[in-house]
Amino acid sequence: MEKSGLISLLTLTPVTALELAQSLKAKFSDVVSDPAEFRGELTLKISDAERLPGICAVAKKDLGFDYLVDITSIDNYGDDPRFTLVYHLYGYGHGRYLRLKADVSEEKGEAPTVTGVWRTADWHEREIYDMMGVRFRGHPDLRRIIMWPGYPYYPLRKDFPLAGRQSDAPEVAFSEPAPLAGGPFVTIAGGKDTISREPRVRIPETDAIEMNARVERRQDLKGARGQAHGPGPIDKGRKGAG
Amino acid sequence: MAELREIELPDAGARIAQAEELQDLHGEKMVLNMGPSHPATHGVLRIVLELDGEIITKATPEIGYLHRGDEKIAENMTFTQFIPYTDRLDYLAPLANNVAYVMAVEKLMGISQQVPPRCQFIRVICAELARVSSHLLGLGSYAMDVGAMTVFLHTFTEREKIYNLCESLTGARFTTSYTRIGGLARDLPPGWTDQLRKFCNEVVVDLDETETLLTRNRIFVDRTQGVGVISGEEAIDYGLSGPNLRGSGIEHDLRKAQPYLVYDQLEFEVPVGTAGDCYDRYLLRIEEMRQSVRLLHQCLDKLPGGPVNVPDGKIVLPPKDRVLTKMEELIHHFINVTQGVNAPAGEIYFGHENPKGELGFYINSKGGGTPYRLKIRSPSFVNLSILPKLLPGHMVSDVVAILGSFDFVMGECDR
Repeated sequence: MEKSGLISLLTLTPVTALELAQSLKAKFSDVVSDPAEFRGELTLKISDAERLPGICAVAKKDLGFDYLVDITSIDNYGDDPRFTLVYHLYGYGHGRYLRLKADVSEEKGEAPTVTGVWRTADWHEREIYDMMGVRFRGHPDLRRIIMWPGYPYYPLRKDFPLAGRQSDAPEVAFSEPAPLAGGPFVTIAGGKDTISREPRVRIPETDAIEMNARVERRQDLKGARGQAHGPGPIDKGRKGAG
Repeated sequence: MAELREIELPDAGARIAQAEELQDLHGEKMVLNMGPSHPATHGVLRIVLELDGEIITKATPEIGYLHRGDEKIAENMTFTQFIPYTDRLDYLAPLANNVAYVMAVEKLMGISQQVPPRCQFIRVICAELARVSSHLLGLGSYAMDVGAMTVFLHTFTEREKIYNLCESLTGARFTTSYTRIGGLARDLPPGWTDQLRKFCNEVVVDLDETETLLTRNRIFVDRTQGVGVISGEEAIDYGLSGPNLRGSGIEHDLRKAQPYLVYDQLEFEVPVGTAGDCYDRYLLRIEEMRQSVRLLHQCLDKLPGGPVNVPDGKIVLPPKDRVLTKMEELIHHFINVTQGVNAPAGEIYFGHENPKGELGFYINSKGGGTPYRLKIRSPSFVNLSILPKLLPGHMVSDVVAILGSFDFVMGECDR
C-alpha cells in the first residue's frame, strides 16, 4: 500500500529522465559520467563497475527505478577494456528509462552482482556469464543457463565463429559441417556485406582452403562413424561457380 | 587367497528399528523431472521438481533446449535479413514481433516519425491481431492443461480464421515476415478489411461462449483461484511484464505508458487483476482480447489512405517498375539489398507490448547495415525466472495450472 502511494505521488509530479539522470550523477559524481543522449534515450557511463550495486540501489530506492528491464553485455573485441555491461532501468512510477553502462576488462572478467537490488537480475546475469563469460561476484547461483554444463566456449564473444567450434570433448561440445556447407549455393556468413558473401564472387583460393579444411574434418568423422556426407575436396586452381 | 571379512550381525531389536525407519518415508525428498517434452510445458521447458510427498519444495527450471543463437546470427547479417528470424521468436504472434523489430531499427535510424499513417494503422492491426491469436492459443492450451478440452476446439476454430487472414495478408500462415524497415512488405489486399471486420464480429461471440465454459466452471475455478499468487511487488522485483504483471494489480501497459504507433489516438482499457492468481491472469487475457477487438474496429474505421512505405529508396526498396526503368532506383535497390540500410552509430532500446509482455530490442550499432550487438529482451525468459520462487509450496498438479496461466513460448525464451 505504501508503495502504490509513492507511485501515485510520483505520477502527480512528473520528472524528466534528464533530471533523474542528473540527480544520480550528482550523488556519484566521482564515477558517473554526464548523461549522453541519443534518440531521446539517456546513457550514464560508470567508470568503476565495482560501484554498480551501490548506484543501482540508490537509483531504485531514491529515484524510483523499481524495474530492471534488462542487462546485457557487449564484446568490444580488440579494444580495452573488452566487455561492456549495459543495464536498462525503468520506473513504473514516473515511466522513464535510463541506461547504465560499465566496462569490465578481460583480465578481470568480473563484476559485482545486482541481484540484491532486483531479483530479476538473476537470470540476466547467468545469461551474460553463459554467453559472454563475464562472472558476477556474489551471484546466488552462477551456472550456465542456455548452453549446457561443461560447454567450453562463450558463444557471443566476437572471436567465436558463427559456424561453431570443435572441442576436445566431443561428447560435451561438437559442431560438424552442415550437409550443404561449402556447397555452391551456400553463402558464408559474417562477411562485410552481401557482395562479399555471395557464392558467385567468392575467391576460389580462399574457398578451397576452407572447403578442404571441412573435408578433413569430415574425414575424421568418417573414421569415427564410418560415413561421410557432402562433396569431396576441390583443387586450389579451380575457378568459382560463376 | 581368501579374504577375511567381518560381518556385523545386528541384534533383532536393531533390525526392527532399521526396517521401521525404511518404511517411514516421511521427510524424504523425491526428485521429479518434468519436461522437456511434457505437454504442459508448451515446448521444451524442463523443470526439476523436488517433492515432499506431493508438495513441491524446490523447483529448478532448465532452459535452452530451443537455443538457436539468434543474437549471434543477427550480428552476421543486415537489419532487413533478420526480419524472418523475428517470426521465430514468439512463434504464436509473429506479426507482433515483426512490428517490434522494425520499430526498433527505425528508432535507431531516426525515421520513426516519417512512417506514413496508413502503415502505422496497419501495424496496430497486425499487433492486435497477433495478440488475439496468441491469447486464444494460450487460453485453449491452458484450459486443456487443467482438463477442459472443449475450449481448445473453440479457440482453435477462431485461430484458424486468423491464420487465413494472415495468409491473405502476408502470403504465409505462420512465418509472416510482413513488416519492412520504413514500411510494410505490401499494402492490404483488396477486401481484406471486410474479412477482418467479419472476424472481429465472430470472435467476440466465440469469446462469450468460451467464457461460459470456464469463468464459472467449478473445476476450473477450484484449480486456478488462489493458485500461483504473485504480489505486485514481487512481480516488479522479478521483472514480469504483460498480462502476468497486470494480473498482480500493476497497471502498466507500454501502449499507454510509452505510446507508440497510433495507440494514443485509439480508445482502449488496460484490464488489471486484483488477486494475482492464475484465475486473474485468465480473466485478464479474455478482457485483453475484447479490448484488442475494440482496437481493431477503431483501426478499420480510421484507416487512412495513402502510401505504406517511407518514400526513400535508401530505406525501403523502390517500386519494381521504377527499379527496372530508372537508374537511380536501380542503384538504391542494389545498395539496399547488398549492403542494407545505412544506420548511424549509436544505441537504442525499444520495448513493445507483445502478447506475452515487453519484447525489447537493444541495438548497438557502429554504423552501416549490420548491428554490432542485438539483444532481444524476451518476455517469456524474464517471466519464467520467477518459477523457482513461485512453485515451492504448491502441489504437482498446480504446476500445470501455473505454467498454463503464464502463457510462455520457449522460442523467444531460448532465442
